[in-house]
Amino acid sequence: MNDAVMTSPIAAASPRTSAWSRGFAHFRYVMTSNPVTFLAFVMLAAMIAVAVFGPSLVPHDPLATAADKALKPPTWQHWFGTDQLGRDVFSRVVVATRLDLLISVSAVALSFVCGALMGACAGYWGGWFDKLSGRMLDTIMAFPLFVLAMGIVAAAGNTIQNIVIATAIINLPFYARVARAEVSIRRNAGYVQAARLSGNSELRILIAKILPNTLPPMMVQLSLNMGWAILNAAGLSFIGLGVRPPTAEWGIMVAEGANYIVSGEWWLALFPGAALMLAVFTFNLLGDGLRDLVDPQRRT
Amino acid sequence: MSTHLHNPPLLTVRDLCVEFATRKGPVTAVRSVNLQVAKGETLGIVGESGSGKSVTSYAVMRILDRAGRIVSGGIEFGGMQLHDAPEDMMSDLRGREISMIFQNPRAALNPIRTVGKQIEDVLIRHAQATHEQAKAKAIEALERVRIRDAARRYHAYPFELSGGMCQRVVIAIALACKPQLLIADEPTTGLDVTTQKAVMELVRELTRSEGMSTLLITHDLGLAGEYCDRIIVMEKGEVVEQQDTAKLFTAPAHPYTRRLIRSTPHAAATIRDLMPDDQRLPLPPTMIVSDEPLLEVKNLVKQFDAPGGVLQRIRNRGKKEAGYRAVDNVSFSIARGESVGLVGESGCGKSTTSAMVMRLLDATAGSIRFKGQELTAVTAAAFARSPQRRELQMVFQDPHESLNPRATAAQSIADPLLRLEGMTNNAEIRARVEALATQVGLQHELLDRLPHQLSGGQKARVGIARAISTKPELLILDEPTAALDVSVQAVVLNLLADLKAEFGMSYLFVSHDLEVVRLLCDRVIVMRAGSIVESGPTAQVLSAPQAEYTRELLSAIPRPAHLPAHGAPVTEAVRA
Amino acid sequence: MGQLAIIFARVLQAIPTLIGIIIVTFLLTRALPGDPAAYFAGAAATPESIAEIRANLGLDQPLPVQFLKYVQDLGTGNLGQSVSTGQPVATELLRRLPASLELTLTALLLSVAVAIPLGVLAAVRQDTWIDQLCRFVVTAGVSLPTFFTGLLLVYVFYFLLGVAPAPLGRLDLMHIAPPQITGFLVFDSLIAREWGTAWSAAKQLLLPSITLALFTLAPIARMTRASMLQALSSEYLRTARAAGLSRGRVLMVYAFRNALLPVVTTLGMVFSFTLGANVLVEKVFAWPGIGSFAIEALVVSDYAAVQGFVLSMAVLFVVLNLFIDTLYTLIDPRVQVDG
Repeated sequence: MNDAVMTSPIAAASPRTSAWSRGFAHFRYVMTSNPVTFLAFVMLAAMIAVAVFGPSLVPHDPLATAADKALKPPTWQHWFGTDQLGRDVFSRVVVATRLDLLISVSAVALSFVCGALMGACAGYWGGWFDKLSGRMLDTIMAFPLFVLAMGIVAAAGNTIQNIVIATAIINLPFYARVARAEVSIRRNAGYVQAARLSGNSELRILIAKILPNTLPPMMVQLSLNMGWAILNAAGLSFIGLGVRPPTAEWGIMVAEGANYIVSGEWWLALFPGAALMLAVFTFNLLGDGLRDLVDPQRRT
Repeated sequence: MSTHLHNPPLLTVRDLCVEFATRKGPVTAVRSVNLQVAKGETLGIVGESGSGKSVTSYAVMRILDRAGRIVSGGIEFGGMQLHDAPEDMMSDLRGREISMIFQNPRAALNPIRTVGKQIEDVLIRHAQATHEQAKAKAIEALERVRIRDAARRYHAYPFELSGGMCQRVVIAIALACKPQLLIADEPTTGLDVTTQKAVMELVRELTRSEGMSTLLITHDLGLAGEYCDRIIVMEKGEVVEQQDTAKLFTAPAHPYTRRLIRSTPHAAATIRDLMPDDQRLPLPPTMIVSDEPLLEVKNLVKQFDAPGGVLQRIRNRGKKEAGYRAVDNVSFSIARGESVGLVGESGCGKSTTSAMVMRLLDATAGSIRFKGQELTAVTAAAFARSPQRRELQMVFQDPHESLNPRATAAQSIADPLLRLEGMTNNAEIRARVEALATQVGLQHELLDRLPHQLSGGQKARVGIARAISTKPELLILDEPTAALDVSVQAVVLNLLADLKAEFGMSYLFVSHDLEVVRLLCDRVIVMRAGSIVESGPTAQVLSAPQAEYTRELLSAIPRPAHLPAHGAPVTEAVRA
Repeated sequence: MGQLAIIFARVLQAIPTLIGIIIVTFLLTRALPGDPAAYFAGAAATPESIAEIRANLGLDQPLPVQFLKYVQDLGTGNLGQSVSTGQPVATELLRRLPASLELTLTALLLSVAVAIPLGVLAAVRQDTWIDQLCRFVVTAGVSLPTFFTGLLLVYVFYFLLGVAPAPLGRLDLMHIAPPQITGFLVFDSLIAREWGTAWSAAKQLLLPSITLALFTLAPIARMTRASMLQALSSEYLRTARAAGLSRGRVLMVYAFRNALLPVVTTLGMVFSFTLGANVLVEKVFAWPGIGSFAIEALVVSDYAAVQGFVLSMAVLFVVLNLFIDTLYTLIDPRVQVDG
């Protein structure tokens, strides 16, 4: 079967195409070979579009209250109904996309960069830095993570910025550990030793030879954590931390709608909850697709 | 040994075809295989990787994995049709009538069950023992495979036993119910040569005493030659030849068999004998070995520290030694143009020694002088910037693992040119890379492929091209052909010999295989447990070994009686 | 080396973790920006009362001295006073802990009881409908926000179908809590032979524990499936099959026991998720546990209570992890080597 891969027509026919077009061909291959991945990328694109253009396209002002229209079920005018203050739930759900994505993307980006650097250095050089960072991560992991995030936001102050920092801190151990493990198994791999013999400095080996190869597992972790980060941020605002009313945010909208569930006004909580779920679902689906995209072993 | 043929056949395989479902559609792994095993006979199936030899045996056992299926053909065992037998019947037969032992014995045992219990499971399953007698019978089975102190080992977990010991347990499980047929699938691959001998002798003795038939599946023609009555040669899913062992070696009929016999090192007098006739070149000119030493290693020591931590400290309490000495006072030298073999079994310290010489690892004590300069003065971590880095290079054991999976062949070869030669012009680099590819016999259109798109032999060539790109004076070859099929090994060894002559390099050839060392090296050093036990000119050490351990190593190499050893003139039939 | 010694070593290893937890909870209130005295004084404090509290708490002392006092207080079980209830925080937490434990443990048992068989079946019947079902449950499970699932369940089973009781605490108003023995209402009322109360308590417990279980189902089922698949394709399983062992024995003794090891390791992470999600579920169902206590405290900026909550959750988590480690030591003989 190895020979079949070796002489596959794609590889043989295009020996000197540029890295870009090869990358694009691979992207197309991953998209077409797995419909679920394709679906996930479409959903992601749609979500980003909503986040970027949504606020300027919504039919109603997300903050405009109207006492006479309070708690109306979905109609043609208000697709998702109205809330207890008569605000349009659809507009609020759409507008909230940007804030929710922004919180989770910045939190995950922050912890990805810090975690990957920390884990990579710990895994590559070991020694006191490894011990120190390991002890630090252990301490973070010794808390139930959501509880730690609660504690951090409660202590540092109830702001969106602190939600981002708290979410980043509780995500840090995941990236740092994956990075450390992936780097340390490659630290003395054959190709790394060969790179040493070729005169590469230790820093260049770590950055140019090892880190790119740790990307696939990091990417999967990234997309899984993205969903988890959204859930955490929404959970924090659900219990009244971070985002404050009347700002439109999925978690807080579900929290506000919760009071009306027992009396049957389901639309207040359902639509923001469903949006939240869809976002997390998209990122979870994306995980496998990303792994295919960045893993050269899967390229033909 | 054809006496067995008069016995009724125990196993008959007729026109067997096996397919595997893959993402690219069905792939035929075994095509129209016919074979018979007579009662009491030992039949060998020999072939290189991908020849379908293991798949054939799995089909007989009906333990193909989910993707595989028997498409057509018949399997008859003792009058029963196995190819379409119900699973219940197969499960009754397995372990009782047909047993199997595997490659990688440690992984073949349940890691969290004591070995005794694992033997009991089989005995009880096939009603060979009641729950009350099971323990006694299991201990008996352990004793039969020569495990000392069997009553105590009964309670051992696989991780507490050595690889050879684990293989004995696997054999004990397989033979516990005294089956009629034992299938041994690469039973000694990965084991040291002395352990291999012990395991194979044990299998032979036990199967003979019970009159069992054996099907030995191996890539090693020498092993099959020593232990089998008849041999089947497979290539790409098909049987190409089926012969009595003696006849196969003296009068091989099929060209593939001839090539396989050819490339098996111990029949060859020179490295060129490994190659098929149409590809044989004149021998490379013998290099003039000068008296001037290129490398001098004196009293080299490497001590590894014991791991720290609370648990370890509790565990180590009362024990004296902290850490262990991987290399203990090793001294040797390599002259300019000389090729020295460093030989030993796993864990003897040969790889640690070569890593220290290569400056990938710091020595605990001792000196390494290269062209008169002390190398240990610069730490391993800083050696990348040393001017001597270009002159000391290495070819790694696993050609796949030693190539960056994200770099094309050309990028891998160009890496030393960029870092050590300071080349910056892309066109110049490309030209140099292509010239190097030509030198190692790698087609230029393969240069833009990623490692997983190359075959094992091609990857080995990339690794060699990279190592010689800076024209090093000393090249360390760390088991460069251990992961390759013999026919590919033959080609790579010849390439290495040519390159040495062409560039005037010195080689330190690290290997577990004395036969390969014999063909490539002027001198040989034998290591054991971190120390040198013997060294001297290759011919002398191999023909008249002084140390007991060297003798043991040499005698453990499987050497079929029918094969003229050490390059005595090969029969005309093989030449033809 | 005996297993007891390993377990003892594990307990020793938990000590640095505990120290880390104490330092972090201390830092959370002292070293971060803002005035801790103002925090502890609560929202409606005057400058005088803040100054008084600062002196009372020793906040005018240098940090190391404050830390020593903090540790001393912890040693005597003093977690400070709760501003909102006026009771010592430790008393409040202890009073509410059984409610949280009852919910968490029921949910864990429930999810383990469903997830492990589901994961095993999915692996054994790979690519069949049960595997697809497992994949769906796993993906949905990690995508659903707990608080949202809880609300959905309440809407469907309380409002629409009327089969579940109102999501208001551990007991409806018709019943009186039995004398406290275990702290778990269902057990206590069974012990007191008050069957009606037990039934009512069980009904109240059902929806919140299902909510929580749905959330923890996913990681356990995913891990069980993955490790079972790995065990099924392992070489020792091939040996067992080649020895003719029966299918049941191969699956249970050879595959399942090995597959369980990584699952036990995952349980640590699952506990972490559960304890966090517990807070959200308690809020949705007005469950009077330490989670809803903490949320109430957050609303009124009762920081001593929040700090005590974070600390006790962390200690609980350490204890649960110790339990897992001990379990692992008992079932995996190789622990002695890996360290």
